[in-house]
Amino acid sequence: MEELVYKQLNESVFQETMENGLKVFLLSKPEMAKTYGIFTTNYGSIDQTFTPIGKNEKVTVPEGIAHFLEHKLFEKEDRDVFQDFTKLGASANAFTSFTKTAYLFSATSQIEKNVDTLLDFVQDPYFSKESVDKEKGIIAQEIRMYDDQPDWRSFFGTIQSMYEKHPVKVDIAGTVDSIQEITKDDLYTCYETFYHPSNMVLFVAGNIQPEEMMEQIRSNQAKKDFKEMPEIERFYPEESPSVAKSEDSIKMPVTTAKTMVGVKEDVSSLNGEELLRAELLSGMILDFYFSRSGEFYEELYKDDLIDDSFQFETELDRQFGFTILGGDTRKPDELAERVKKMLHSLREKRISEEDFTRMKRKKIGQFMRALNSLEFIANQFTHYHTLGVDLFNVLPVIESLTTEDADQYVEHWIKEDRISVFKVLPQE
Amino acid sequence: MKISKESVHDKQGYRLHILPSKKYKTVSIVAKLKAPLQREGITERALLPHVLQKATSSHPNVRALQSALENLYGTGFSSDGTKKGENHVLSFRMEVVNEAYLNDHEPILEKAMQIFSDVLFDPKVEQGGFDETIVNREKQTLEQKIKSIKDDRMSYANMRLIDHMCDNEPYALHVHGYLEDFEKINAKSLYEYYKAMINRDLLDLYIIGDVDEAEIEKLADKYFSRSASANNDAHQESLASEKREINEVIEREDVNQGKLHIGYRTNIKFGDDDYFALQVFNGIFGGFPSSKLFMNVREKHSLAYYAASRFESHKGLLLVFSGVDPKDYEQAKSIIIEQMEAMKSGDFTSDQVSESSEQVVNQLQETMDHANGLIEVLYHQTLSGVSIPAKEIIENVRKVKKEDVVKVANKIELDTIYFLTSQKGGEE
Repeated sequence: MEELVYKQLNESVFQETMENGLKVFLLSKPEMAKTYGIFTTNYGSIDQTFTPIGKNEKVTVPEGIAHFLEHKLFEKEDRDVFQDFTKLGASANAFTSFTKTAYLFSATSQIEKNVDTLLDFVQDPYFSKESVDKEKGIIAQEIRMYDDQPDWRSFFGTIQSMYEKHPVKVDIAGTVDSIQEITKDDLYTCYETFYHPSNMVLFVAGNIQPEEMMEQIRSNQAKKDFKEMPEIERFYPEESPSVAKSEDSIKMPVTTAKTMVGVKEDVSSLNGEELLRAELLSGMILDFYFSRSGEFYEELYKDDLIDDSFQFETELDRQFGFTILGGDTRKPDELAERVKKMLHSLREKRISEEDFTRMKRKKIGQFMRALNSLEFIANQFTHYHTLGVDLFNVLPVIESLTTEDADQYVEHWIKEDRISVFKVLPQE
Repeated sequence: MKISKESVHDKQGYRLHILPSKKYKTVSIVAKLKAPLQREGITERALLPHVLQKATSSHPNVRALQSALENLYGTGFSSDGTKKGENHVLSFRMEVVNEAYLNDHEPILEKAMQIFSDVLFDPKVEQGGFDETIVNREKQTLEQKIKSIKDDRMSYANMRLIDHMCDNEPYALHVHGYLEDFEKINAKSLYEYYKAMINRDLLDLYIIGDVDEAEIEKLADKYFSRSASANNDAHQESLASEKREINEVIEREDVNQGKLHIGYRTNIKFGDDDYFALQVFNGIFGGFPSSKLFMNVREKHSLAYYAASRFESHKGLLLVFSGVDPKDYEQAKSIIIEQMEAMKSGDFTSDQVSESSEQVVNQLQETMDHANGLIEVLYHQTLSGVSIPAKEIIENVRKVKKEDVVKVANKIELDTIYFLTSQKGGEE
């Protein structure tokens, strides 16, 4: 077990790689009543084509299967895992993203038993035809719920306008049709390939004793047998750096239109700290111009093109990346044109030293505020870890950024063929 | 049980609550302004937080104010208005990074408190009113918000249920205000309203973080004072509603998924002896994923992705919500009503009672780990005039027996069944 100490933040993380390859991280916060544990596999909705463990041929599985698998791991032959956590006074949940599936609990007592329950239920699948069929109705209602949410539709619509072939464009839950094809054998194939300990990370944060907890995890893992796992082969279609469609829209029964502008990011050459720097810089630059203190925000707001719902985010991950800006608007076309123009003008603009310092301070403060949350620490640490970044190293990286870095970043950020516009328009 | 000690000080025109705690890397400051919930002035109250947060006399526009907050290490500042029973509470929340974690230990807390105080007590005023441009623009934004409530189907259905259920009670009033009031509100009239309310409302100020109590009290004395206010509590009790027939309402919109929301009267409020049993009741009925609603509507019959319940402590309501296919309305409705009948007839085990108690305790302890959660718990108590230490709450929850839960179940009365469904319907 190794201890990583972050002095300025008064935090330390204990880490160890188990013999079976599982990476474990522990963070002790004895002042908290709560402990939060999250067990993550580096497997999400985009991992649709791969070579299954022990096979030579690649397969493509139905859309939405990673999410389906997440639901089904909670059901065992004789019980529902939620009940196990309930009996231990804990609450449990799970989520599936483009690149990850995660299972989590939080509790204020019986932490050891809860950690074992988390490890054991994820590492002991039980899928049957009946339970797979039963789940289809539940997930269909989950998909229908999202179908009625204009925010979700506009977010996904923007991704679909940017990406032509890459499975990031497929809805994480799949479609009502695609999930009908899923069988219990498909679930086992995905499970055995992607839920190998060497593809997984466990993070436990909160009111714990690191030494004792690590020993407990060691002995839990030692009891289980896993096959040797070679590097997982995953396949993704060749994706053009240009957007699939420069413009698209849907009609929905909404009272207010939405306009989103998407920037397709090139992550092919980014690794580890470069990815982090890119994420921080784009965040700070967007913040400078488009947050409420920014000149672009002010212009758009004064001209009645945006309201409080205006947002922006940059997501960079393995395989894909995008920036999305937008929100509710009374003038969907005009907002699209103005935002595009503003993005193009970034290259001619410069951020002064004083302003850049302000944006750095803001970023540092946001990061410190986020560290109050055990969930943020555990989730974000895991996410960054899979990308080769250390969460607690974010602070020195922010401090090291300069205006030259920002200038260089905008120099080759915005290009005409990388921008798409997606609108949600009210039905007549 | 680690809970920070709250000290309450009667100050000039407000109550100051200080909670030193080592859990956080930030200091949270929350001001709560409370008044009886009434039709008159409700749109002004909806508009005010937005106007106040845009400009002060020393930072006379949004960009200046936001930049100042950014320079204070991205100090977060937000506000909202909510109903607590028949009372209306405006909350202003600020979160500042604790200076101890900054490289330069810059004294930012005092500057942040100055801004907080300016926003509340020293807004930008010209010619005896607020800035007209700001007020007009904020009216537009609020108008947009009121019109687009419909786009979020879940909150819309919840609002409609309350509209029907509490149609003759203040509780049905909309905290975001009413369009018909817009005509008579201008920069001057809004300022007049502000001048009256800023001294009339009951003000509680909470400060929580790793702080020195004496120093914080000094800062509060320096920046917060209402010399013209007696800080009277004009608490509005909610009256028992008249008994009436069960109300069933079906409304239609262009939706994929129907929203089934059911309202019950618990006849139990925060501070009542059986409030603890109500919490345990809700855990078994619909509060957690192990509850009857989740297990039956979702797991057994695959009718929904979510089916849950929550209660309003000051008004005495229990609300059930679920998203189902329009054709499954009758089935889902009868399953939900059956679960309530099962609760009334005691169809659950004492194990379930103790498991639910532990879950309630766990939830409370987790809530109190968060600064805002802890403040909400304490403010609840302040509102109801019942002060119970956390330890005692937990003891009382653990003391709840099966017969107490049955007794609570039999106090609960079905009031309104609301279904928001598709145009073509298909409900059977």
